[in-house]
Amino acid sequence: MEHKRLTLFAGHYGSGKTNIAVNYALHLAGEGKKVCIADLDIVNPYFRTKDSSAELKAAGVELISPQFANSNVDLPALPAESYRLVQDRSAYGVMDIGGDDRGAYALGRYVPFIKEEDDYRMAFVVNFLRPLTTTAQEALEVMGEIEAACGLNFTCIVNNTNLGWETTRDVLDVSQSKVDELCRLSGLPLWLTTAEETLAANMGETVFGLKLQKKYFDIPR
Amino acid sequence: MAERVLMKGNEAIAEAAIRAGCRHYFGYPITPQTEIAAYMAKKMPKIGGVFLQAESEIASINMVYGAAAAGMRVMTSSSSPGISLKAEGLSYLAGSDIPAFVVNVQRGGPGLGGIQPSQADYFQATKGGGHGDYRMIVLAPASVQEMASLTIKGFDLADKYNMTAMILADGTIGQMMEPITFEDEEIKQYEKPWALTGHEGKRPHNVVNSLYLKPEELERKNFERYERYKLVEENEAMWEEYMMEDAEYCVVAFGIAARVAKNAVVAAREAGIKVGLIRPITLWPFPKKVLEQAADKVKGFVCVELSMGQMIEDVRLATNCKRPVGLVCRSGGMVPSPDEVLGGIENAVKGVY
Repeated sequence: MEHKRLTLFAGHYGSGKTNIAVNYALHLAGEGKKVCIADLDIVNPYFRTKDSSAELKAAGVELISPQFANSNVDLPALPAESYRLVQDRSAYGVMDIGGDDRGAYALGRYVPFIKEEDDYRMAFVVNFLRPLTTTAQEALEVMGEIEAACGLNFTCIVNNTNLGWETTRDVLDVSQSKVDELCRLSGLPLWLTTAEETLAANMGETVFGLKLQKKYFDIPR
Repeated sequence: MAERVLMKGNEAIAEAAIRAGCRHYFGYPITPQTEIAAYMAKKMPKIGGVFLQAESEIASINMVYGAAAAGMRVMTSSSSPGISLKAEGLSYLAGSDIPAFVVNVQRGGPGLGGIQPSQADYFQATKGGGHGDYRMIVLAPASVQEMASLTIKGFDLADKYNMTAMILADGTIGQMMEPITFEDEEIKQYEKPWALTGHEGKRPHNVVNSLYLKPEELERKNFERYERYKLVEENEAMWEEYMMEDAEYCVVAFGIAARVAKNAVVAAREAGIKVGLIRPITLWPFPKKVLEQAADKVKGFVCVELSMGQMIEDVRLATNCKRPVGLVCRSGGMVPSPDEVLGGIENAVKGVY
């Protein structure tokens, strides 16, 4: 896989941005690269990059997250050291952007640096089985809102269509026509297709496997 | 066939409300339920509905009062401290006998509390919260699918009995994502001859009001209201029974606590303890009969709650204290583990309550 110096993941909330960002950072570290990941989510106080701090640390990935992340203080403040990700070009940077256009506002302040360096990839993460992005047209609208909010344009698409524990190969296959349509409408290439790692392992090298954050009860239904 | 989608519990409530015909949402943001408002803000303008972020919780519940008086299917949602602010409005809605739909995605309390899940608003939801003699229908979902189905049910019951129906969920179910299906259900429409829709000179004007200055009249209103409540108690109690056929012990839990407790019930069965679970789905009306019947069969009960123990009082009342009732509880945003619940079941077997 070819990498850019800086990789940004944005999309509708609940599309899987954080899991993908964490797994991508671990993947980069696995290739022996110096990696830094920043949590820029100012929207959701739950389900954060910081939930994976132990795994990231073990892999030697530096984590920059808001001082109040996971402290239950519902305060949308970003640390000054986030700038390091766009200014220190000696490390690969991964940015996990908050959900929707609201979350993308936080990215705006870093955009001049990102544009100046011009070695970035901004991925739109989409799950076509989420209720507000069920069609290519709806996804395109969310893309446009995010781009308008942060002042940076997407460069590629990540297809993370899934139904949680019910995800099968069929679920991904069925999403392919919507992904093709979104690529056509946006003029952007599909960069990655992602799936939970055991499912991905059965689908060959074209699917990027995700180790999911394990913080949930195994609850009978 | 209806397609499966991956939804957060909060989103499922919002989508289900729209499908139930709700076109008026008034609210004020608070974690952990803000996705309901966010979803409504996106969807309502596209379907000719109204989304309005009011200046406060008190304003939003009174906007609900207004739209409900006009006969609209209307809702608001909040979390614990916000529901306390809405309590006056809930009492006015009840005093005016008009239907409304309210969601409480509970967080730890009292006071400003925290943003982690809780069930400590059980008393507030089932015993009052606002002032005066009144009841609300209280529904307790235990999955994202039930967040949707009980929302549709809640709108129906509210219209059927001219009452407020409340979803009493918690931060866990509000935030977690599960695959769900929206069935193409037929939404029942109810005549609302009392609604303030403009008489156009063709009928006497309607009045929606909770003020009765003559005590005889106010008492009569309350007697009438409680006749209606009796019907709800007789007809609308809902619950789930799990492994109760041969149970010698009975765990009682609702919402997310019931999901945790099921793990413990499975583990206890593996250890040879005959234990089952009764999960109240309606907290008011409380499923008294099934608990009363269980008290004739089991040796003891164990309540599991994300509070200091609130529903346990209703379990004792429903069973007339016929059997001992133990309590496994965590509070302030903490969730009990299956092992903690298993410990409570083992204590009951030892006769320790």
